[in-house]
Amino acid sequence: MDCVVTGGNVKVLAKAIHSLSRIGDELYVEPQEDGLALRSVNSSRSAYACFLFAPLFFSRYTVHSGHTFRCKMAIKSVQAVFRSLASLEKTVEKCHIELDDQNNRLTFTLHCKHGLMKTHNLSFQDSESLQAVFDKDSYANVFRSNPRLLVDTVMHFPPSLEEVTVSVSDERMWVRNHVEEEGDQSKAMLTELCLASDEFDHFAVQAHNSVTFCLKELRGLLVFAESTGLPMSMYFDEPGSPVVLSVTDSVLEGNFVLATLSDDSNHRKKNNSRGAHTLPPPPPDDFMNDDIDSYLIAMDTSVAPGPSATGPPTPQLADSICSKQTAAASHRTRLHSEEEEEDKTTDSGRPPNKKFCSLFFGSVLPPSPQMSTQPVSSQQVLASDSEDDVQ
Amino acid sequence: MPLSTQSQGDAEQYVLVASLDNARNLSNILKAITFKDHAIFSATPNGLKVTVEDSKCLQANAFIQAEIFQEFTIRDDSVGFQVNLTVLLDCLNIFGGSTVPGVSTALRMCYKGYGYPLTLFLEEGGVVTVCKINTQEPEEPVDFEFCSTNVTNKVILLSESLKEAFSELDMTSEVLQITMSPSQPYFRLSTFGNSGNAHYDYPKDSDMMELFRCTKTQTNRYKMSLLKPSTKALALSCKVSVRTDSRGFLSLQYLVRNDDGQICFVEYFCCPDEEVEEQ
Repeated sequence: MDCVVTGGNVKVLAKAIHSLSRIGDELYVEPQEDGLALRSVNSSRSAYACFLFAPLFFSRYTVHSGHTFRCKMAIKSVQAVFRSLASLEKTVEKCHIELDDQNNRLTFTLHCKHGLMKTHNLSFQDSESLQAVFDKDSYANVFRSNPRLLVDTVMHFPPSLEEVTVSVSDERMWVRNHVEEEGDQSKAMLTELCLASDEFDHFAVQAHNSVTFCLKELRGLLVFAESTGLPMSMYFDEPGSPVVLSVTDSVLEGNFVLATLSDDSNHRKKNNSRGAHTLPPPPPDDFMNDDIDSYLIAMDTSVAPGPSATGPPTPQLADSICSKQTAAASHRTRLHSEEEEEDKTTDSGRPPNKKFCSLFFGSVLPPSPQMSTQPVSSQQVLASDSEDDVQ
Repeated sequence: MPLSTQSQGDAEQYVLVASLDNARNLSNILKAITFKDHAIFSATPNGLKVTVEDSKCLQANAFIQAEIFQEFTIRDDSVGFQVNLTVLLDCLNIFGGSTVPGVSTALRMCYKGYGYPLTLFLEEGGVVTVCKINTQEPEEPVDFEFCSTNVTNKVILLSESLKEAFSELDMTSEVLQITMSPSQPYFRLSTFGNSGNAHYDYPKDSDMMELFRCTKTQTNRYKMSLLKPSTKALALSCKVSVRTDSRGFLSLQYLVRNDDGQICFVEYFCCPDEEVEEQ
C-alpha cells in the first residue's frame, strides 16, 4: 500500500482515527481495492466502527492487487502521529502512508511547514478481518440530519451518562437518558428531548420502536461529523438489533454499529406487572407530562415491538442474533461473556444488568469480500445475554 | 520607596546586592532550570550564573547579566553559595506571582558572605516581605569541558519548530537520538518507543533554521529523562542553538527574552548515552 493524503483531508483522516479511538484500543487497517478501510471494535464486541476512504480521497492510492494485507496496531500510536489535531491543518501539507513489507512497518510521513518532516514507523500485528454484519438498507427506521441537531441534543446529557434511549413515532423522535431498572427510581433524573421530523433532512419510520445504546460512541462519531460538516444518518430496527450511525460523502463512508439493549427484561417485567401488549406509544406528550410513573410505563411499553415492527424485511442480523427470543433461548449457550464490557458498572457498584448483545463479526481468515452483506454462520462471536438467571 | 530606605543602611556589609523591579525576570528563568532542589549561585561583576545538576550527566546554567538588574553590586571578584532552588522560587512568588500587567514584585537580594543566609526583600503594593534562606556549602559544578573549538556540529533553530517536536516526542522511548550531518538528513530527532520509531527531520534550508554548520555526521543518543527538563527552557525561549562536540556531548543554548525585552541565556549540557556507530 502506498497512499498520499493532502490538505484538509489530513485532518479528516486524523479526526476519523480520533473517533475510532472512542470505540476500541486497536486500529485495524485494511487497504482494499475500493479504498482504505480503518476499523475498530470494543473489547466486548458490542460496538464496531469502520471508515472507508475511497481512492479519490487520496491524491495517490496504490494497493498491490491480488495481495490482501491487513493489520492491527495500537490506536494510541496512530493517534500520536496526529497528536496536535488543532494545528494539523496549518502545519501539515501532506501525509504519506506506506507499508514497508520488508521491515513490517507502517510508515506515516507528515510533510509539514518549513520543510519539517515527521516520519513514524509503526509496528503492527497481522490480523484477521474485522467485519460487522449489518445491512443498514433493510432497516425499518432511517433518519438523516445535520450533525448539529444531534450535537445540540446530546449536549444536554451529562458526560457520565452511559446510554440513551431513542424512541420514534411517525412525526417525532424522543431522546432520553436510560435509567437502570434496578436503580433507585426515586433518585433518577430523566431528561428527554423531543425532535420533530421536520428538523431532519430525512425521517422515515416504519416501526414505532425505541432502542437503547451507548452514548460514548455516538459522541465520537458526532465529533467527526461535525468537524467535517457531513450529515449523519441513523438506522435502527428493534431493541436488541444494532443501531447503525453513518456518515457518507462521495469519498468516504463511516459506519458505527452499536449494540442496543435487548428487551427481554422489559418483557419479563411486563409479564409480571401488566399483560398488556399494546402498540408502543411513546410518551404521550413531550412537555405536559411530568409524571415519572407515566414515563416509566411508557418506557416499559414503548420497547415492545409492535405489530408494525414485523412489517419491514427483518435484517439478517436481527435474524441471527439479537431478537429477544433467540437471546433468551440461547443465553445458556453463550459463547462470550459480557461482563468485561461493563467495567464502569461494576466499579460504581451497580449490578451488571446490561444486556447488550454483541454484534456479529466474522473473525475469519481469509475473509470473503461480500461478508458485510451476508450472515456468517460459523465464525460469529456471540455475546448473548448474561445474568438473566434471576427469573 | 520602602525597599531602598530599609536596606540602604546596611548595604556596606553585603558582598552581593542585586535589585530587580520585577522579580519575575529572575523567577521565570530559574524555573527553566528547576529539576533538582539545589542550585549553585556564582556571581561575578558580569552577572549571576545559577547552576543545577543531575547525576553528573546533566547540567543546566542560567545566566542573568548584571545589566538585567537595576542594581548589581559585588564587592569580591566572585561570590558563591548554594541554596535550595525550590525554596527560593517559592519566596520569589510569595505574593502569588501575579501576572496582571502593572503589578510586579520588586526584589532586593542580599548576601553577607560565607555562612550567612541569602536575604530577600520583596515588595508589592507597599507590603514588604523579608525572606532569609539558609545557604549551603557550594559544590563545585562539573566541568563538562565543552569548548567551542571542539564543536563539530552546530545548528540554530527558532524554538517554535522544536517546541512542536518536543511536545510530540514519544515518551515511551528511553532515548532521544540526535543526528547532525552535512548531508541528509541534516538535523534529525529520533525516538524508539513501544509502538515503533519516529523521526523528525529539519532540512538545512528551512525557514526555521537560522544557522546550519555541520562538518561531520554524528549520531548520539541522550537519555530522554535527562533531556525532559530542558523543555521548560525551550518553552520560554525564542531561539535555540544545538551543538555537539567531538565526544558527542550535547549543548543546548536557549535565548530567553524576559518581560522587559531583555535577553538572558539558559544552557544545558548533556552526556551522550552510548556510542552509536556512525553510518
